[in-house]
Amino acid sequence: MKFSTLLRRPPEWMEHDGPSRDIVLTSRIRLARNLDGPSFPGWARKEDRTAIMRELQPRLENLSGMKDCFSEDLANLDPIRKQVLVEKHLISREQAAKSAGSAAVINREQSLSIMINEEDHLRMQSIRSGLDLVAAHAALDKLDTELEEQVRFAWDQRFGYLTACPTNLGTGMRASAMLHLPALVLSDQVNQVIQAVNKIGLAVRGLYGEGTEALANLFQVSNQHTLGEKEAEILARLEKVIQQIITHERNARRKLLEDNPQKVFDHIGRAYAALRFAHIMESKEALTHLSMLRLGSDLGVLPTSEARLIDTLLVEIQPAHLQTSAQRKLSGPERDILRADVLRRRLHHLPEPDMSACSSGPEPAPPA
Amino acid sequence: MKCDVCDAKPASVFLTQIVKGEMQKINLCEDCAKEKGVTDPTGFQLADMLLGFGQGSRVDAQPKEKACPTCGMTQTTFRKTGRLGCAACYAVFGDGLDALLKAMHKGTRHIGKVPAHLTRLLAEQAHLADLRSALDSAVSTEAYEEAARLKNEIAALEHPQSP
Repeated sequence: MKFSTLLRRPPEWMEHDGPSRDIVLTSRIRLARNLDGPSFPGWARKEDRTAIMRELQPRLENLSGMKDCFSEDLANLDPIRKQVLVEKHLISREQAAKSAGSAAVINREQSLSIMINEEDHLRMQSIRSGLDLVAAHAALDKLDTELEEQVRFAWDQRFGYLTACPTNLGTGMRASAMLHLPALVLSDQVNQVIQAVNKIGLAVRGLYGEGTEALANLFQVSNQHTLGEKEAEILARLEKVIQQIITHERNARRKLLEDNPQKVFDHIGRAYAALRFAHIMESKEALTHLSMLRLGSDLGVLPTSEARLIDTLLVEIQPAHLQTSAQRKLSGPERDILRADVLRRRLHHLPEPDMSACSSGPEPAPPA
Repeated sequence: MKCDVCDAKPASVFLTQIVKGEMQKINLCEDCAKEKGVTDPTGFQLADMLLGFGQGSRVDAQPKEKACPTCGMTQTTFRKTGRLGCAACYAVFGDGLDALLKAMHKGTRHIGKVPAHLTRLLAEQAHLADLRSALDSAVSTEAYEEAARLKNEIAALEHPQSP
C-alpha cells in the first residue's frame, strides 16, 4: 500500500462504532518485543539496527494480518509524512525523530501498526473503536504468536519479555483508551479523577502520550505496571476503571445540564459559530471547539451521525495533515488560515444546534 | 570490547598501570593507542591520559565497574539512561533491579505470556524438578527401589536419545 492510499483511506476504527464510542474514541494495545541476542536499538550500532530491520521487515509484511500493508524505512519518509503518521497515532513521536535503521509497517485497515527499532526492536500496536481492550489485545496477541514461530524473542522466566527500559518488562504490554471527558473538565472534576486513577497504578496522559497536553478534552488512560500481573488481569482492571470514568462523565453531563444548561449550550453554540465562520484558527482553539461539537452531537443538539466527521476532523486539522493537503510546507499563520478553510468547508452542511432537542434542553421555567 | 577513547573501533591494546597503589585499566584500539603514544612506554602515563579525558568522557578508571560481557553496557551508563543494552544485561544487572522493579510494578516476577516454544520446555523442567525432589525423599527414606526407578526416569528425560 502506498502512502497516498494510507492517507486517503479512513482507518477502520473510524468507520466502526465500538462500545461506548460516545466517550471512548479508541482502545489501543502496544506490545514491546526484542530479539534475543542483538543490542537494543538505543545501544546498537547503526549497521546492527539496519541488519535487524532488514531481517524483521519482510517477516512482518508477510504476517497474515498485514496483507497489502504500508511498509517503509523511516529514512525514506520526509518530516511531514512522518508527522502525518504521528498525528494518526500510527507511529510515536520518538520514532518520527529516527531515520535510517528504523521502519514502520502498517496494515491496510490501520488497525495494526508495527514500529521497528523504536526504543525496542519491535513496538506493535493494535487499535479498535470504542472501549474494546480485549478485542484489541486478541488481535495483537495473534500477530505476536505468529511472529514468535519465526523469530526468537528475548524472554526470561523471571522478567518475562525483556525490554530496553525496565518499566516495560514482563508483558511488555501497554493498554490504553482515549477518553473524551468534556463535562468532567467543564465541571472542574477531571483533576480529581486523574489523581484517583494515578493512585491505583494507572496513568493519565494527553492526546499524544507522555508529556503532552490534554487537548480537545481527550485523555489517555493506561496501565503503568507490566510486571507481576497477567495480561488479562491488567486489561480487566483497566477496563473496570474506564467504565467508572465513563459513568462519572455521564453523570457530570447530566448534572451540568440540570444545574447550568445555558453554560453548556453557550459552549456548543460558540464552538459552532467559530468553526462555521472563522477564517483564522489555531490548532488548540479548533480542538477545543471540536470537542464541544462532539459533546453537542452526544447530547443530541447536533445530529449524532456527525460524531464520526468530528473525530476525523480532530486529525485532519493537525499541522502535517494540512500541509499534506496543501502539498507544500506552510508557516504557522498559513496553517491557521487553511485550518479555518477546511473546517468551514467540511462543516458547511452542519445544521444549527437545536438546544431543545436535548433531553434536558431549555424548558419552560417551573413555577416558583 | 570497544575502544574507550573513540568508542567505535574494537580495542586491541589493553593497558594496566598501578598509580599511587591503585590499579587502573584502559582499553584502546590500535589507532587511538598510536595517537596517544601508548606504543611508546617511556612517553606515556595512564594517569595523565585518564585525567586528560576529563569531564563527561566514557572512560572508566574503576576496574570494579560491572559491565555486560555481551554488549558492554556499564552500570554507570545504565543509571544515567535508565535503559539496558541488550537481553543479556538482565542477567548482569538483574539482581540489582529488585528495588526499582518493586517501585515500578505490581510484582517482580513475570506471570504473563510465555512464548509457545518455551511452554513445553518449562513444563519439562518443572516435571524434572518434581522427579528430583521425589528422588531426594526416596533416598532419605531409604526407598531404594523407588529411587532407582526415579533415577531411570530422570535419566531418560535428560538424555532422550540414550537407551
